[in-house]
Amino acid sequence: MTTAMSTLSTEGSANDKPVKYHRDHNINWWLTGLIGVLSLTILVPLYFAIVTALKTPGEAGTFSLPSTWQWQNFIDAANKVNYPKAAMNSAIITLVAVALTLLTNTFVAYAVARNMDKIFFRLLYYFFIAAMFVPFPVIMLPLAKQMGSWHLDNQLGLVILYTVLGLGTNLFIVTGFIRSIPISLEEAARIDGASTWRIFWKIIFPLMGPINATLAILTALWAWNDFLMPLIVLTDQTNQTIPLAQYVFSSQFATNYPMAFSSYLMAMAPILIVYIFAQKWVVGGVMRGAVK
Amino acid sequence: MSSATMRPGASESAEPAKKRSMSAFSDRKVDSAYYWMAVPAAVLFAVFLYVPFIQGIAYSFTNSQGYGNFKWVGFKNYVALFSDGRVGSAYMFTFFIAIVITVLINVLAMFLAVALNGKIAFKNGFRAIFFVPYTLGVLVIGYVFKYIFMTPLPALGKSLHIAWLADPLITNEQYSWVPIVFLAVWQGVAYSILIYLAGLQTIDDQIYEAAAIDGVNAWQNFWKITFPLIGPFFTINLVLTMKNALGTFDQVVALTDGGPNSATETVTYLIWKGGLTGGEYAYQTSNAVLFFIVLAIIAFIQLKFFGDREKV
Repeated sequence: MTTAMSTLSTEGSANDKPVKYHRDHNINWWLTGLIGVLSLTILVPLYFAIVTALKTPGEAGTFSLPSTWQWQNFIDAANKVNYPKAAMNSAIITLVAVALTLLTNTFVAYAVARNMDKIFFRLLYYFFIAAMFVPFPVIMLPLAKQMGSWHLDNQLGLVILYTVLGLGTNLFIVTGFIRSIPISLEEAARIDGASTWRIFWKIIFPLMGPINATLAILTALWAWNDFLMPLIVLTDQTNQTIPLAQYVFSSQFATNYPMAFSSYLMAMAPILIVYIFAQKWVVGGVMRGAVK
Repeated sequence: MSSATMRPGASESAEPAKKRSMSAFSDRKVDSAYYWMAVPAAVLFAVFLYVPFIQGIAYSFTNSQGYGNFKWVGFKNYVALFSDGRVGSAYMFTFFIAIVITVLINVLAMFLAVALNGKIAFKNGFRAIFFVPYTLGVLVIGYVFKYIFMTPLPALGKSLHIAWLADPLITNEQYSWVPIVFLAVWQGVAYSILIYLAGLQTIDDQIYEAAAIDGVNAWQNFWKITFPLIGPFFTINLVLTMKNALGTFDQVVALTDGGPNSATETVTYLIWKGGLTGGEYAYQTSNAVLFFIVLAIIAFIQLKFFGDREKV
């Protein structure tokens, strides 16, 4: 997909003259300008969030730069929402969920993908995929109760849910990729006496690199930003994730919007920073998940 | 989608294919390791997804409050649902915003994807920017937008003498859906652009070259070539955006909290609000079951309608 990202398609919008086959470097500046203006719908709110976070409460509410830069807001906000603790919780939950998803969902997909000609595995495939049509709100009330009664109303419970409930979508994304891996590789190893598990870990899993990146990105974004699941599962305040902490403390900022915005920025910053450095990789990874 | 097609050659047993049985499924022996890989996961999946699902159905026939004793009440909850005005308006509101969100996301994402795939400068930079919203938590960016809708925007409306903008849209019963739809679209477009971009890249450039020789204009280019060729991506995107839009929740919590005057309560919001904090556990569970049936019907219709049309 990375190569496809950089290829120039000759499909231009307002381009009536015949298109040359290769190396067509005509830039459509009108379209570029329009896209530039549209991108402001994304950049302006982010700019607004940053300048507001650095103002005094009296100054907030406009798009102007702050007259004095109030870096103290970040420290105050961090203390108020107990940011280090929430960030730590979110980071642990996200990292463990990603690791467990990669280490387990992949071999489930492998087993299913390689045995689709057997009725049992075909049914398993539908069993997992069908869950994509069960919306979370439908199971959330009994699930909240069940997690509580099993003492899984904590970070461990969330990690389990992200790993298990993601299986349907992940299987959907990964199965096609696995089936594109030539079976002859495995057959050669099998003749040499390698077990199925060994074949998976030594041959298949390393070959799944690109699609594993996709799984990791999607799982990380989901676990880090999710609000509804922590809201209904977590009961102890000290286990709060970042979005949940924002929700719980949202009323505490009263009219101190700069402090609230510092808090929002700190909530968004970790993933934004990762994204800025890895954007090409993230966009490519998510796109790969969209093509089946 | 191709993963659902049969692949009879998948057999890794060395023995040659024996006479085929009447069934489409092969009768080769499967290494037990494959069962160890898949079955435990299936059990966990059942425990955390299907069991709560079935429990939910069971609870929907009781008068449970989520704790303590309860009695079976038959279809009482379901009967009550259909005469509950609050539930009815939540469904109407959910359908309304879901349709608006789905249409807007798909139109905008299609346009942006074609543009981002076209001959523009800073292509990769723009792609990166348009994907930023997908990386942000809905709730947190929702709080940012709440403030924008509450303070700078009405101020702008006042200074420009735009009457409907001069008061915060969020507290206006008639227009409070606008910020919710805006936020959902603002964020939802990002992922849809990627799906369409992925679709556009499957189109062979030579088709456009042939069309250009025939003097086809940009408009025809899109409707006669591009759109039909990315049909499957359109279908999948429509189903996905509709599913997400029907489950709108974070946006409501961040922006309006269901208000003003319950005008912006979505079904998901009502299930959560009434079920976990309002003492209507069993009642809202039956609402959830009803919601599932409704969503299943919608998904079925979508796949049937668009799936059939695509094969033409």
